[in-house]
Amino acid sequence: MREVAIVGVSMIKFGRYPDRDVAQLAARAGLDALKDAGMQINSVEALYSGNLYATSGSGQRILQQMGQTGIPVVNVANACATGSTAFREAYLAIASGAYDIVMAVGSEQMGKQGLLGSRGDPATSLEGRVGSYMMPAVFGMAGSEHMRAYGTQQEHFALASVKNHFHSTMNPLAQYQKESPLDEVMNSRVIAYPNTLLMCCPTGDGAAAAILCSAEKARQFTTQPIKVAASVLTSDPFSDRGLTLPDINTLTRNAAKIAYDTAGIGPEDLDQVELHDCFATAELLHYENLGLCGDGEAAKHVASGATWLGNKIPAKYQEDVAPFVDKTYAPKTHAVVNASGGLLSKGHPLGATGVANIAEIVFHLRGQAGNRQVEGSKVGMAHVIGLCSACTLNVLVK
Amino acid sequence: MAEAAAAAPEIRPLVPYLTLGETREQDYLNGSKCGNCGTMYVGPRLFCPKCSSDGPFESVRLSDHGEVYVYSVIHQATPYVKAPYIAAIVDLPEGVAVNTNIEGVEPDPKNIPFGMKVKMFTEKVSEDREGNSYIAYKFKPA
Repeated sequence: MREVAIVGVSMIKFGRYPDRDVAQLAARAGLDALKDAGMQINSVEALYSGNLYATSGSGQRILQQMGQTGIPVVNVANACATGSTAFREAYLAIASGAYDIVMAVGSEQMGKQGLLGSRGDPATSLEGRVGSYMMPAVFGMAGSEHMRAYGTQQEHFALASVKNHFHSTMNPLAQYQKESPLDEVMNSRVIAYPNTLLMCCPTGDGAAAAILCSAEKARQFTTQPIKVAASVLTSDPFSDRGLTLPDINTLTRNAAKIAYDTAGIGPEDLDQVELHDCFATAELLHYENLGLCGDGEAAKHVASGATWLGNKIPAKYQEDVAPFVDKTYAPKTHAVVNASGGLLSKGHPLGATGVANIAEIVFHLRGQAGNRQVEGSKVGMAHVIGLCSACTLNVLVK
Repeated sequence: MAEAAAAAPEIRPLVPYLTLGETREQDYLNGSKCGNCGTMYVGPRLFCPKCSSDGPFESVRLSDHGEVYVYSVIHQATPYVKAPYIAAIVDLPEGVAVNTNIEGVEPDPKNIPFGMKVKMFTEKVSEDREGNSYIAYKFKPA
């Protein structure tokens, strides 16, 4: 397998674009990524398009906007890991030697649709009659499992929202850029306990793109190629309750082991992580799944400040966080988590998310992340999980 | 057209793993056991994802009692289900877990200890345009 580098990235500001169609959003991101790489569409040998709602042809429709060069197009759907799976297919195409330059695009237009799940015949719908299958409930129960195992409190999860909303104020590409102190998060209406409204990601529209090429070609396009040190995809292995309550932990742990082994690093080497905080509960679970802290330490880890920008709690939030600080806990990793504001603030247009996370890490590794820059970031990881279930991890190195 | 008699409305289980009896007291949840590796599943199965075999599967009657594994209090109503309500995963003694609603207790986290013992009951939850009734299972504190 050849070494693979990222030479161009882009994402459009996530939000709502009722006057655009999704191919136009994706084409904007695609052209911006080409410009970032200093190349034309004619150099791109294949397109990998991630979009969940388009039944087929999402990538062809993007080329019908930004340049119909007749190249191979692969359309990818893999739940919330759709964009990052498209990225990984692009990575494999370069690594295998099949192509020298390819593009991965993730896009989605969700409008104002909620995350309630199925909407079939109301007489035969299971939602609310045989438990709940909407995403806030599934991740509420996943949080409940952590509460059961370790005595985690709702406030601990809420701190992840406080942090990510704080980070988002420094990200002009985020859908929401609004701070929310702890009492505001706790007092927003409950959607599915322990997740309140401000502990749930919004729906929206968005697109992001990346240009990948072989490492030997990368210097033709940029002085700052970013190396893809590992690109991993796992699915959910059999687990006892997994067919009833999706197990978001095991497949992430499996992916993390492969990613660290492949990249030849450990969690202590990571300067930053963009992880899949679709709900505040998920962020804490993934601290442990990714080895940023030990099992049962996630609540202490978020309260320690380790995952906040600058690895410390900002002065204005110290009072909020103080009751949850364990002075005997010393973090063993320093990865800032979700400097972008995370899905909780940046937004989660499903198919776009996995490529946007990668773009965010690239911005930081190049030193282009503005006020939210993770100082001196050299190693970053992008994590995405989609239910039913798929997990991707991409380790990027300066 | 006129001579085609309207089909008599039926009473149907909302999920395939609920077996209906003559009365609601006789309803039970059904499961299946893989003849190759012994893994238990909720409802009927053709294949076993644990041992990758086609069984054969033995049909099993599941217990009507269990324990709350985890839960969420849902405050998001649907057009036909009132909120708040408790959605939970209940472990059954056979080693399987089911999605369910917990009723008979105020939907407040302080009322729902992990491991709470619960007992199953069934009731009609909906009716379609043809007049067919749908029966769902739920749990309440034992």
